[in-house]
Amino acid sequence: MRENCVRDTEISLFGNVMDNPVIPASGTFGFGYEFRDWYDISILGSIALKGTTLEARYGNPLPRIAECPAGMINAIGLQNPGAAAVKDVELKKLKEVYPKKVIANVGGHSFHEYVETSRILSSADEVFAVELNVSCPNVEGGGMAFGLDEGILEELTRAVKEASLKPVIVKLSPNVTDITKTARAAERGGADGVSLINTLVGMRLDLKTARPIISVGRGGYSGPGVFPVALNMVYNVYEAVNIPVIGMGGIMTAEDVVEMMYAGASAVMVGTANLIDPFAAKKIIEDLPRVMEKLGIEKLEDIIGRAHKWSTK
Amino acid sequence: MKKEILTVEENRRLAADIFEMRLSGTSRPEPGTFLEIAVDGFFLKRPFGAAGWSDGIVTIYYRVVGAGTEKMAALPAGTKAEALTGLGHGFDFGGTKKPLIVSGGLGIAPVKYLAEEFYARGIKPVFVAGFRTASEVILRDELEKICDLRITTDDGSAGYNGNAVMYLKDNDISFDRYYACGPVPMLKGMKAYSEKGELSLEARMGCGFGACMGCSVKTRSGYKRVCREGPVFEAGEVIFDA
Ligand SMILES: Cc1cc2nc3c(=O)[nH]c(=O)nc-3n(C[C@H](O)[C@H](O)[C@H](O)COP(=O)(O)OP(=O)(O)OC[C@H]3O[C@@H](n4cnc5c(N)ncnc54)[C@H](O)[C@@H]3O)c2cc1C
Ligand SMILES: Cc1cc2nc3c(=O)[nH]c(=O)nc-3n(C[C@H](O)[C@H](O)[C@H](O)COP(=O)(O)O)c2cc1C
Ligand code: FES
Repeated sequence: MRENCVRDTEISLFGNVMDNPVIPASGTFGFGYEFRDWYDISILGSIALKGTTLEARYGNPLPRIAECPAGMINAIGLQNPGAAAVKDVELKKLKEVYPKKVIANVGGHSFHEYVETSRILSSADEVFAVELNVSCPNVEGGGMAFGLDEGILEELTRAVKEASLKPVIVKLSPNVTDITKTARAAERGGADGVSLINTLVGMRLDLKTARPIISVGRGGYSGPGVFPVALNMVYNVYEAVNIPVIGMGGIMTAEDVVEMMYAGASAVMVGTANLIDPFAAKKIIEDLPRVMEKLGIEKLEDIIGRAHKWSTK
Repeated sequence: MKKEILTVEENRRLAADIFEMRLSGTSRPEPGTFLEIAVDGFFLKRPFGAAGWSDGIVTIYYRVVGAGTEKMAALPAGTKAEALTGLGHGFDFGGTKKPLIVSGGLGIAPVKYLAEEFYARGIKPVFVAGFRTASEVILRDELEKICDLRITTDDGSAGYNGNAVMYLKDNDISFDRYYACGPVPMLKGMKAYSEKGELSLEARMGCGFGACMGCSVKTRSGYKRVCREGPVFEAGEVIFDA
């Protein structure tokens, strides 16, 4: 191989050096280890675990899934085995097949639940950061509510920061008028980074009966259809805060990764793509060097925020 | 579980809106497992029970219920389709000497394959196949050769007048284990009739291989995914919503 063909995909997030910026997004990769049936997952930059609450949760009744032309709606409702089981069972199983550090994703219904779950999961050696899901549209009386009010979000972030042994990422909801306001609130509360976007609230109806397909009426829309919306929000948030931004929403290809990083993402999460093709994250990682070469990018970290040299005013 | 490119070898109408599709390019599935087929223009793959296999060709039976299956019905032989194969956990039938097989509608697909497996082992199962009406009866000739076949129709236009569960209550059939696939009311009826068997469930799926939790059902031993721990479950395990 010629010297100039070596493409550097390494990035660093809160001091954790990753081989590449590709992280399967929370809720689309389970607790990771089952993807071993498809490929060697140790190539992944990191993994964001399924959203975890203090106690085990079943989640919403079925149907939880509805199809869209360029994506899907889900209303899982944070099904998970609870923080203790994630720490003692799921993370141990993952460690056997994945040697790198992961991101724990925390859901909740109260300050207490967010704080305690973060305390438990951040104490696991395998975890390098905690991602607060304050933007889940699928849990009644919690989840998203914490992510919509700037005051509450700031206070919650501060409370979790105090309890967490690891850096805290606040995952922002796109279901707001101005996402830069909630991003700034998270930063004021002491967040080490923000990730965005979570799913957009959406709905599908059965044509014969007019009844919503999702059991609880609505759910979270994700997939390639949301990419332009996500890209714009990442772009705006990058200008609004001084902490790392993790970009996601509809990423399907290595080209999408580059575009998201141009907009300001320090790392990216790939969600729905994993569901429609179990090899999606692997393919993106393998394609990255080729796409970088085509675009004349030597070091991926250099392109973060590159779009901002152009005026969009 | 594998991701494969399959080729449509044959795609033909069996009844008004019921089709048989034979696809090459895959290895032998376990009875009760399913595959997901990508249909051009649709975001999610469509799940179908493996309904037979020979010489590298897997068979599925499907009903046209929406835009995806409508598109499938028009696919000519030679069409390539991306698929995830060998999904889920199938029937447990190794130790069964006197099987009873029960189906409702297109639920006939996976249990027809199971009946073929029993026949290959020298066992002729009793097969109660329920349909809505005579014009929807499929696979009669094939199954009569290898099973003790009992047809039922909801309107009495063929065979027994009533559904498969009613037939079982009216007729004393001895079996050591049953295998049932069909609509939820029928599966509930089977569970109430006996717990000495297995039920094959359906759910709308986000992935089909365990990643999204879109298909979880309640069981006596916690929540289980239809696509991974299922689609086949012990009848006694499944907890149906009221
Ligand atoms: C494990 C399993 C095995 C199946 N085996 C068979 C079979 O052998 N023969 C057969 O005819 N049908 C079978 N089905 C149902 C079949 O998958 C649906 O009828 C089909 O997906 C409908 O697609 P559509 O585009 O025509 O309908 P649409 O309603 O337009 O589809 C919209 C979305 O809903 C999903 N969907 C709609 N109905 C169902 C359903 N009943 N179950 C699951 N997803 C659904 C579709 O996959 C798609 O994602 C099975 C389902 C599962 C889960
Ligand atoms: C099935 C499913 C489950 C999800 N579960 C979670 C979750 O538990 N916690 C969370 O923070 N986000 C969850 N998300 C949101 C994703 O992590 C991601 O933010 C969103 O889907 C947008 O990215 P994508 O378009 O690449 O999927 C879920 C998404 C999907 C599709
Ligand atoms: S369909 Fe995704 S877990 Fe079963």
